[in-house]
Amino acid sequence: MRLLDLLRFTLLALRRQRFRSSMLLTAVGLGVSAVVVLTALGEGARGYVLGEFAFLGKDTVVIIPGRKETTGGMPPITGVAAHDITLQEVEVLARSVPGITALAPMVLGNGPVSYKSRERDSIVVGTTAAFFPIRQLEIAQGTALPELALGEGKQVAVIGQKLKQELFDNGRAIGQWIRLRDYRFRVVGVLASSGDSFGADLSEAIFIPVASAQAVFNVHGLFRVSLRVKENYQVEVVKKALAKQMQALHNGELDVTIVSPDAMLSTFDSILRVMTLAVAGIGAISLVVSGILVMNVTLMSVKQRTAEIGLLKAVGAPASQVRTLFLTEAALIAAAGAVLGILVGRLLVFAGTQFYPSVPFATPSWALWSSLGLAVGTALLFAWLPAQQAANLEPVDALGRK
Amino acid sequence: MIEVIGINKTFILGDSKVHALDNINLRIEQGEYLSVMGPSGSGKSTLLNMLGLLDRPDSGRYMLNGVDTQSLDENERARLRRDQIGFVFQSYHLISRLTARENVELPLMLSGIAAKKRRAKVEEILEKLGIARRAHHLPNQLSGGERQRVAIGRSIVLQPAILLADEPTGNLDSRSGAEVTEILENLNREGITLMVVTHDNSMGDRARRRIRMVDGAVTSDQTDERAA
Repeated sequence: MRLLDLLRFTLLALRRQRFRSSMLLTAVGLGVSAVVVLTALGEGARGYVLGEFAFLGKDTVVIIPGRKETTGGMPPITGVAAHDITLQEVEVLARSVPGITALAPMVLGNGPVSYKSRERDSIVVGTTAAFFPIRQLEIAQGTALPELALGEGKQVAVIGQKLKQELFDNGRAIGQWIRLRDYRFRVVGVLASSGDSFGADLSEAIFIPVASAQAVFNVHGLFRVSLRVKENYQVEVVKKALAKQMQALHNGELDVTIVSPDAMLSTFDSILRVMTLAVAGIGAISLVVSGILVMNVTLMSVKQRTAEIGLLKAVGAPASQVRTLFLTEAALIAAAGAVLGILVGRLLVFAGTQFYPSVPFATPSWALWSSLGLAVGTALLFAWLPAQQAANLEPVDALGRK
Repeated sequence: MIEVIGINKTFILGDSKVHALDNINLRIEQGEYLSVMGPSGSGKSTLLNMLGLLDRPDSGRYMLNGVDTQSLDENERARLRRDQIGFVFQSYHLISRLTARENVELPLMLSGIAAKKRRAKVEEILEKLGIARRAHHLPNQLSGGERQRVAIGRSIVLQPAILLADEPTGNLDSRSGAEVTEILENLNREGITLMVVTHDNSMGDRARRRIRMVDGAVTSDQTDERAA
């Protein structure tokens, strides 16, 4: 039998059994759309989390003072505080560790920022020019912080978009003097609005040179140091070199934590990938359940069309051909149901992206293909038994013994 | 040529055994026209099913054109049915979702002949059986006589050597019955072996060779040279 004839013949049979066909279509469609929607949710969650981390940029390494010991042992009785990381140490690192391109030490504080009669409590970030590319922050107006020697202060500031609005409305901010505690700073730049980035809303922050911030807050140690690894250098190698250098600077004690967000990111990524797979599996179960329905419906079909099967055999159709006819019916309806399910699922996913634009819902293409494959596969598997039953009917019994 | 040697078939009906075929011996030459008559339950339909390879005997041998059918598996029997045997049933057994021409076309389609080649063949048969005008009608839009003509068309589309008809006029009024009989006899004149199972004497008596069966056994086998 030719493929075209086979398809036409089975399509006619399916159209003839409209109710049963639409029932199967619905069952398979529901299963497939479940897979489509669930994997889109998983991928959306993954994309959302990765997006939240993305501000840290690629090839970034962060040094944080203090260290969580997991090895146990005696706690220090004398109450010795963790060593600070100082600007001098950062200078040593910059000189002695190869492979570092940008260094952004950070002092973090909080203070009232005022312009004329307006005052706002703001996050104060003391840092260097390198901070902006590392955190992927863009300057909308003016310039970033000037390149200064690490220990050099200067009375200049970059402010976030929101802070600018609150202090200046739509007026000009560049060149104006603002007050932070007892210090005055001239605004040299305004950030482009970058929205929320992982907890801290930097659009409400004010950025000043790190040495100035140390003076404002009267602190010596750094909150943390971000740096970027040069191309062609391995992040892990640079991390080891940094650790070794810090240990030497701190009298042989390794009391800083060195993390690379890349590594954290890939951990999150793989966790969320597994989660997506898990929810896809849950969706797949509903597909397998629909296979039972396929079996029942095919069984009904075989029972009702016994005479037709007998006739086909009488005109010379071998058992394999009868089986092919019924399997093709099941596969066709499953494929149609899967396509329908993919359409409905994508529609739902589209609706989701409209309601929650911040979450990047998207069904991965492997989920589309595998749900289609699974739908047709299960249909074939479960239709096999009834189709085999049809194929093995004795022609004389099928035609109806008189 | 058909040769049947000592065929038996029994059914279990409740507690009792029914001897549907009781040691049947038969030899049928190519081109013969024979009728099988007898009361219901006499085994005539069972014999027809046996000759049509729709059923298997419990014992005995059945040679079809020199092939011993006992040794064949179901696929080989299906192939033999397709190539050698045409069936006409009392209840037509048309597929209701297919049009008249598609029903006639069905055996060609199943055997994988290309649509182009099928068309001419089907056209010719529809014309010959006088149902060309009704080609695109579904079975439920056709009269009984037309349905049976479609069924006959289907049975001869692969040019079998033998045509087995089980009460072909059983569901028809006398006029359409006569037309169907006429068609079958014309086919026989063209060389096909025609075997008609019927309990209608006037139809059975038209055959040259008349077989009577009672309780699964052949009671008479007469050849009338004067008949059609």
